[in-house]
Amino acid sequence: MTDLVINPTQSRPWGKILLRALLFALLGLFALFYLMPLFVMVTTSLKSLEEIRTGSLIAFPREITFEAWRTAWSGACTGIQCEGLRPYFWNSVVLAIPAVLISTVVGALNGYVIAQWRFRGANLIFSLLLFGCFIPFQVVLLPMARMLGLMGLAGTIPGLIFVHVIYGIGFTTLFFRNYYVTIPQELVKAAKVDGAGFFRIFWSIFLPLSLPIIVVTVIWQFTQIWNDFLFGVSFSQAGTQPVTVALNNIVNSTTGVKEYNVDMAAAIIAALPTLLVYVVAGKYFIRGLTAGSVKG
Amino acid sequence: MAPILDIKNLYKNYGPVEILKDINVAIEPGDFLVLVGPSGCGKSTLLNCIAGLEPITDGTIHIGGRDMTHVSPKDRDIAMVFQSYALYPTMSVAKNITFGMKVRGVDAATQERKLQEVAGQLQIEQLLHRRPGQLSGGQRQRVAMGRALVRDPKLFLFDEPLSNLDAKLRVEMRTEIKKLHQNLGATMVYVTHDQIEAMTLATKIVVLKGGIVQQIGSPAEIYNRPANLFVADFMGSPAMNLIPARAKPNGTGTQIEISRDGEAPLVLTDTQAPDLPEDVILGLRPEDIAEAGFRAGESVQKAECLIEMVEPAGADTFVVSHLGGKQVTARLHAETSAQSGKTLPLAFDLSKVSYFAPESGDRLN
Amino acid sequence: MTEWLERHIPKMVLAPSFIAILVFVYGFIAWTAWVSLTRSKLLPKYEIKGFIQYDRLFDSPRWDTAMGNLFIFGTLFIVTSMVLGLLLAILLDQKVRTEGVLRTIYLYPMALSMIVTGTAWKWIMNPGLGIENMVRGWGFENFSFDWVINPDRAIYAVVIAGVWQASGFVMALFLAGLRSVDGEIIKAAQVDGIPSYRIYSAIIIPSMAPIFLSAFIVLAHLAIKSFDLVIALTGGGPGYATDLPATYMYAMAFSRGDIGQAASSAMVMMAVVFAIIVPYLYSELRVKKHD
Repeated sequence: MTDLVINPTQSRPWGKILLRALLFALLGLFALFYLMPLFVMVTTSLKSLEEIRTGSLIAFPREITFEAWRTAWSGACTGIQCEGLRPYFWNSVVLAIPAVLISTVVGALNGYVIAQWRFRGANLIFSLLLFGCFIPFQVVLLPMARMLGLMGLAGTIPGLIFVHVIYGIGFTTLFFRNYYVTIPQELVKAAKVDGAGFFRIFWSIFLPLSLPIIVVTVIWQFTQIWNDFLFGVSFSQAGTQPVTVALNNIVNSTTGVKEYNVDMAAAIIAALPTLLVYVVAGKYFIRGLTAGSVKG
Repeated sequence: MAPILDIKNLYKNYGPVEILKDINVAIEPGDFLVLVGPSGCGKSTLLNCIAGLEPITDGTIHIGGRDMTHVSPKDRDIAMVFQSYALYPTMSVAKNITFGMKVRGVDAATQERKLQEVAGQLQIEQLLHRRPGQLSGGQRQRVAMGRALVRDPKLFLFDEPLSNLDAKLRVEMRTEIKKLHQNLGATMVYVTHDQIEAMTLATKIVVLKGGIVQQIGSPAEIYNRPANLFVADFMGSPAMNLIPARAKPNGTGTQIEISRDGEAPLVLTDTQAPDLPEDVILGLRPEDIAEAGFRAGESVQKAECLIEMVEPAGADTFVVSHLGGKQVTARLHAETSAQSGKTLPLAFDLSKVSYFAPESGDRLN
Repeated sequence: MTEWLERHIPKMVLAPSFIAILVFVYGFIAWTAWVSLTRSKLLPKYEIKGFIQYDRLFDSPRWDTAMGNLFIFGTLFIVTSMVLGLLLAILLDQKVRTEGVLRTIYLYPMALSMIVTGTAWKWIMNPGLGIENMVRGWGFENFSFDWVINPDRAIYAVVIAGVWQASGFVMALFLAGLRSVDGEIIKAAQVDGIPSYRIYSAIIIPSMAPIFLSAFIVLAHLAIKSFDLVIALTGGGPGYATDLPATYMYAMAFSRGDIGQAASSAMVMMAVVFAIIVPYLYSELRVKKHD
């Protein structure tokens, strides 16, 4: 922690107050910039189309109506179907939960092996995994589409789960490896001498230590998978699309009148789960972001 | 008695790097074996090999008469105390101590009985429900020992267990480990880089350097008759004086001539010396150089020496002189009248002398 | 047998992931590379024909636009996000009591899907009903803000939305960096009477070089992979005005049925990513070996 404050001298209180005022004005303006889209989304979603056409973008709704939300949830058209976001929202739920759980468990075991049970070649495998985190996924889209076809998983939710697990392992392994590498190797040695084996040591000693990194990993994976669009749009078909794809279809459907309030309600619905996670566990969300970018 | 630990022709390589070369050590039940050497000498690796935590490249390890060379750690009937203590952070002290028994399926009543026994022995009864994070360094150390004691193994292994403690606590725990060894009659293998720990604890010391055994012996043997220059220099504090000299046989014995800056060389006569080459290194411990008048005997030789520095250390006073191009330290009484810049008659006790070959470093007598 | 099992369990646990990565990352890259050298159209062919797909790619005006856009978007997105993120981090570092709340506000866009971000900004920048209309309503009748539908401006609209989404994240990175600077160095500088702005410019910011590098890598990576944002905000349009390599690749693969083009454009994307990532990873792994 630093004690550094932009603060010229104690003898010029006016200058100091002015600077402080400027500081808060700037911080406030930026806060408005980041909040404005959310504010606009919420207010627009609560207005009627009539009010949207006649009113201002940033005006509060004169009359609050939840009609747009109802339409977005269960009536908006994503093409020829007009069932709203609901079925796709559940697709995303059904898809994200197993994909997050599997990739987290695999990442935990991989990280445990790489950090604590080093063997010749383990570092090479880790480097290969790490590299996999960075490839632009476009480079695997075509062969994966064919592979899913061969496996009979084309256009299915299990197929999407499979894809998310495969390309999530790199990050989950990285998270757990970087966490476990800070735990002294002597712990495993002591447990070996005590008579415990590979899984017993993991279960009794490492897992109880891992709560923070499990939370970080689950949040990271959930955010990634829920917000994914590329895999969703490439590997799903009419009934199995995740919520992001459905949202894009609603917004860009060319039929009928443009219902901006429905678009905004749909966007908020699609964003709610990850926003909720962010609000509830922001600390872990940030830790995941920074851990995922500052490779340790 | 059959050796309880018998290591034969042990080699350990990491890829092309030889970490341990042809190690042969055997100890009897009740022995306290200390592996000592500078960092990187392979002592901890050797301990890990004994524990089975590191596979060995060649050779055999027998524990309690059984070939344990390829047996996994849990079946070697050993317990180990680590430098970082390696306490399981999420378990209470009690759980830490009983974990090994739990894994092995020992019944709960036995676990509890043994836990109380060990806790009493180490006086940690009041800590049993705490987590390791809530303990002080010394307390953690005790818990780590408790985890080893409760297993009642054939062999206790200690990997620099005191190096994380402050100086005072280290001395206390050292005494405690020694007491434990005597009371239990257990067999222990102990790794340290601290030669004082080695001297005070061991019944048998192995000095290692660069993965090669330099000397194996009792503390007295190692101290009094170091096998080579490395051991002579490494064991003992202040270190043994190692003075280049020339040996010339004459009628009654051997004349040992030590050059001095701007003065006539110092000449000592050793009547018991073996056949020596012309160039030798003469080794004398500081306590074997005394103030003339405090040491007498037929092998004691006296000479006036210029004192460069006087360092009072409470019980003793160390004085430094310059002989054969080396600083030479002598351990004198606290009440000595030595003054820096003045000469003092010093007595060299040649009955304790060691001779080394300058090239190979090997002991000559 | 159990001995053997015990010794090899770690390898066996890691093996499935290893094989999966080998096949689904490296094998697939090889497949794409192979196909990029063929005349594959709707279905992949495996007969190597040389670099014709790359010739076609580099001759294609649409790909030219996409690469040009990537350059404009990438540069502006990275520079603006970094500057804004650093500014926010320094402002927040002034012992602001509401720091927690402000940080939450600046960072929340990072939790949103790019599709949501695109949808929101598309609406805000809607020329008929969005900001343009609002400002005109304030009496500025000639105000014009039609970037999303203006082919010359649309890519800048993408930059705005991208910066809005990612700058808070850069702020979080930099804030962590500012806080990790050794406090004693700063105290020493203060005792020496060095003014605050000099402490920032001469001591703190230079010591954060690794964080700048990390932020750059992440942002560059985001820029090259940007796909959802463009799809939701402009759909690549108007025309092909906001096409990026990612949208080009997708269009070739899934709507044009031109697998050869899709594969070659994907390979070029990967080359760009690797040109940035490989030196970084290499230096990271080297540093670790020295420890």
